Amino acid sequence: MTGANNFSVSGYGPERAGWTRLFARDSLARRLDWPILLSAIALSLIGTALVYSATRNRTEINQGDPYYFLVRHLMNTGIGFALMVGTIWLGHRTLRTAVPILYGVSVFMILLVLTPLGATVNGAHAWIVFGGGFSLQPSEFVKITIILGMAMLLAARVDAGDKPYPDHRTVLQALGLAAVPIMIVLLMPDLGSVMVMVIIILGVLLASGASNRWVFGLLGTGALGAIAVWQLHILDEYQINRFAAFANPDLDPAGVGYNTNQARIAIGSGGLFGTGLGHGSQTTGQFVPEQQTDFVFTVAGEELGFVGAGLILVLLGVILWRACRIARETTELYGTIVAAGIIAWFAFQAFENVGMTLGIMPVAGLPLPFVSYGGSSMFAVWVAVGLLQSIRVQRPMSA
Amino acid sequence: MTNIPETGRTPRVQIRLVVIQILVLSLLGTLGGRLWYLQIRNGDEYAKEASGNHVQQVVQPAVRGSILDARGVPIADNETRLVVSASRTDLLKMKDDGKAVLTKLAAVLGMKPKDVMEKVRLCDAKTPQPCWNGSPYQPIPITDEATPRQALQIRERSEDFPGITAEPEAVRRYAAPGKANSAQVLGYLSPVTDDEITKAKDSDSPYLRSDQVGRSGLEREYDKELRGKAGVTRYEVDNLGRVIGKAKSDEAEPGANLVTSIDARVQRVAEYELNEAMKIARTQFDKITGENYKADSGAVVVMEAKTGRVVAMASNPSYDPNAWVGGISGKDYARLTGKKSNYPLLNRAIQGQSAPGSTFKVVSTAAAVEAGYDFDGRYPCTSSYSVGGQTFKNFEGESFGPISLGRALEVSCDTVFYGLADREWKRDGGINPKKTPKDYFYKTAHQFGLGKETGLDLPNEVTGRIPDRKWKADYWKANKDAWCKTGKKNGSYVEKIAYENCLEGNKMREGDSINYSIGQGDTLVTPIQEAVIYGALANGGTMYKPTLGKAIVSADGKSVQEIKPRVSGKLPITKATLKGMDAALEGVVTRGTAAWKFGGWPQDKIPLHAKTGTAEVYGKQTTSWLATYSKDYTIVMTIAQAGTGSGASGEAVRSIYNALYGVGTDGSIDKKRALLPTPQKSLPKIQTDGSIDAPAMSKDPAKDLQATEKDTSEDGDQEQPAGTTPSPTASNRDTRRRTARPKKRRRNLT
Repeated sequence: MTGANNFSVSGYGPERAGWTRLFARDSLARRLDWPILLSAIALSLIGTALVYSATRNRTEINQGDPYYFLVRHLMNTGIGFALMVGTIWLGHRTLRTAVPILYGVSVFMILLVLTPLGATVNGAHAWIVFGGGFSLQPSEFVKITIILGMAMLLAARVDAGDKPYPDHRTVLQALGLAAVPIMIVLLMPDLGSVMVMVIIILGVLLASGASNRWVFGLLGTGALGAIAVWQLHILDEYQINRFAAFANPDLDPAGVGYNTNQARIAIGSGGLFGTGLGHGSQTTGQFVPEQQTDFVFTVAGEELGFVGAGLILVLLGVILWRACRIARETTELYGTIVAAGIIAWFAFQAFENVGMTLGIMPVAGLPLPFVSYGGSSMFAVWVAVGLLQSIRVQRPMSA
Repeated sequence: MTNIPETGRTPRVQIRLVVIQILVLSLLGTLGGRLWYLQIRNGDEYAKEASGNHVQQVVQPAVRGSILDARGVPIADNETRLVVSASRTDLLKMKDDGKAVLTKLAAVLGMKPKDVMEKVRLCDAKTPQPCWNGSPYQPIPITDEATPRQALQIRERSEDFPGITAEPEAVRRYAAPGKANSAQVLGYLSPVTDDEITKAKDSDSPYLRSDQVGRSGLEREYDKELRGKAGVTRYEVDNLGRVIGKAKSDEAEPGANLVTSIDARVQRVAEYELNEAMKIARTQFDKITGENYKADSGAVVVMEAKTGRVVAMASNPSYDPNAWVGGISGKDYARLTGKKSNYPLLNRAIQGQSAPGSTFKVVSTAAAVEAGYDFDGRYPCTSSYSVGGQTFKNFEGESFGPISLGRALEVSCDTVFYGLADREWKRDGGINPKKTPKDYFYKTAHQFGLGKETGLDLPNEVTGRIPDRKWKADYWKANKDAWCKTGKKNGSYVEKIAYENCLEGNKMREGDSINYSIGQGDTLVTPIQEAVIYGALANGGTMYKPTLGKAIVSADGKSVQEIKPRVSGKLPITKATLKGMDAALEGVVTRGTAAWKFGGWPQDKIPLHAKTGTAEVYGKQTTSWLATYSKDYTIVMTIAQAGTGSGASGEAVRSIYNALYGVGTDGSIDKKRALLPTPQKSLPKIQTDGSIDAPAMSKDPAKDLQATEKDTSEDGDQEQPAGTTPSPTASNRDTRRRTARPKKRRRNLT
């Protein structure tokens, strides 16, 4: 099947295929969700500025070129944008058929991380490093795979009209499908990604209409799992410290507590309008770790102030709001589940990332969608935007 | 539009999607709220924290200015020494609070481990010196006398000595040029305390943690000028302390130099002669107490009569001010302040006070003239003066018949002053005084500047005391309870005194006024007050505020801020009286009580004037006073428990005059040998590079003087009394008051 076939199958809108449709009046461009698209572009551009501000003086990582990270972030955004276009072009339904392949590739990649090819960054053994400064974090793509895979399984019989809700067997199959990569990611260990995946599963199950027993069962299992992880010392000490320091920053004032405290100082000192881009003393002095990636929000807080940092939250809010509408308004359960998975993913990742810089969530290595520097994450979120657009484009136009 | 059954959409899913939507938006709302809380509500707090975060101060201490003598010879300057310091914060991080490291360090430095530990402990109410009273965050100096070898050992094995540094630093040096130690005049430094830092925070000369502060003497009085201004560079730093920018930079301004009026050579001679005089006094037998004089403390002031500038000021016992440099050791501190120490830190020239004895008679003379008695009148100098069953005697019961006030001054006749003071006491109403008594004798003393500080430029000067009616009333109020409790009518001497004081100690009694007129009793004066008075007699009646500081010269010599002599008042005497007193005081040298010590002095070329005094102190030997002046200088020497003024200090004061004017023991004048025949007028030159044009300094001017004296005495001067043994006759001995019958004196205060 091709994308064009898919469009024709959907049977909505003029039957014209290819790029011309994109630019025709009353066509694809009109049905695209512009608020999401514009917000994503705005966030990526704000991210570019923040990443630049955080790295322009860091000669030890920017190879002496102040624009090194700026250019790369823009490049990543561009590639991400292209991936989005490609995703729209293919359509989420085409991708449903490709799930077995995607799943296989994803699991292979994360297994690769566990081989000597994998690299450890900041304590998380979650990277594959290629030559020439390129590296990949496969767990980012696993998130998409899990969403698509679970949606495919859960929606198959419902969309076929066999049943109103997915039955227990289907749910079990879906959970099994998700469990394999999650276990591998847990072995890395990339705890942040595991948390996101669990939340995604929760969102997917909720949206699929699966029995409440499954939803609460999952929550209970998650709680039990957390306790087990804690008691069985599966986590490294640095990971436990991160949690402990969140609960009590004085516990580890020179380590994680220091980081969270400095992050709070950075954001707090921004005030209403901030110090201006490039003028944040906390940012310039690198008091906050990982400023271009996980802690990028502190740069926004300090240099752009409440206005700028608030704008980021508003833009994220727009994307999530529109995504919720897309989830509600699409006619297929498959699309709903995919959208809900993306919502859970974005929402949790944004809340966890910003929350940890604000001192209300434990520290975990998760990027802020669109804003944080990092290719894998950027590609993954843009693909997700493509999926959302595809669902929106292919839903029936409401009268 | 949404619930379309044929697409499989069910209400359950729809409801759950709404729940998800609400959940997601409330999460974002939470973030927004938290963001507002941090940035808007507590923003200022965090902004403050952030600014403290990224600025580091680097302090460049200012080099402290030197203290120079009148010719430019440094008496306090700086030298570079290897200072070994310990960081308390580093030591406390160790398991045993750094004991092992300090013990190892003590071995390298050849010190006792205990001494090293004591140096790094912090001072508090319970911890005696030695202890560190500076900031606990500042490196604490252990020694500033490390040899290069020791410093190398510490530096090369830095892993063995965590928290210990060995760096060259500029430290204070009290060079004692020509052995003139000038300890009490110079004072000393010690580290600034947290309290002082807080207090001076918003003033125009705030302290730095590493500052040393003058604690006494000139170091304290001129601390602000000498200290300069430390250079502070504020760097913006990153999280690792790496400098990412310079925020603000103030260059260090070296402290200014203080040019004093002290002449190191004269200072040395004064110190030496004072010490010699005390040594000799200790070999003399005191007939009254039946043992040798103790001569336990003394002071001498050499002052320019016409300006009040102090040329030399010595206090004995003394100490080496270098003991304070680099933190004082426990042993040294005990030696300087312990009960057995005799308090060498005291500058007895301004902080030692005792009854003035007969040197006070110039005040009484002026008071008598003020009260209307003719200076050239005739007043009976009987051998004793009796009043109400009490007899007040002349020192040796001598009598001169009716004599003028001038003659009374010259021969130090007590009874003349007894009579005058008694008459005035009666005129004021006696024991039941008039409402407004004239109190000439007391008012005049105040006009002479007694009973208050002279205001010289040294800290903690004492006031002395004039026991006038007001003081007596106050003193009685404060002590009557104790007196009335212990006083017994027929008890011991002390008990009887207490009994009398209890009854009428608030009143000016006849005996009080009589005693007072010759400087005995409760009157207290300091040597510097005497110097001001006798200096005023020398210059025609102007009292000056004594000064040590002559000029403050910036480190580059470009800015010179002169300290001009300041007049503090005029003596309440007419020109005629002054002339009469001047003649009388010259008579003291030529034929009066000091004549036996000034035989052969070239009086025609360098006229000297003097007044001797011997003050009684209850329970102790007498305090000797000798107040003298020439045209340009006044020299006052006092020695406690040393007998008579001329006997104890005659040779010493004469030797100082010898040194000043270049007079030999035979009375010949050798101008080449004169140290300072006229006061030093010009200021020493300080070059723009900070170097000072100072004349060469003899190793020991006091020894030079002795050599001179030997040279001349070899010529053979037969008139000169051999040795220093006092051989006074009855008439030229110092006077002292004797009460024949029950001694009627209050507890005396030294």
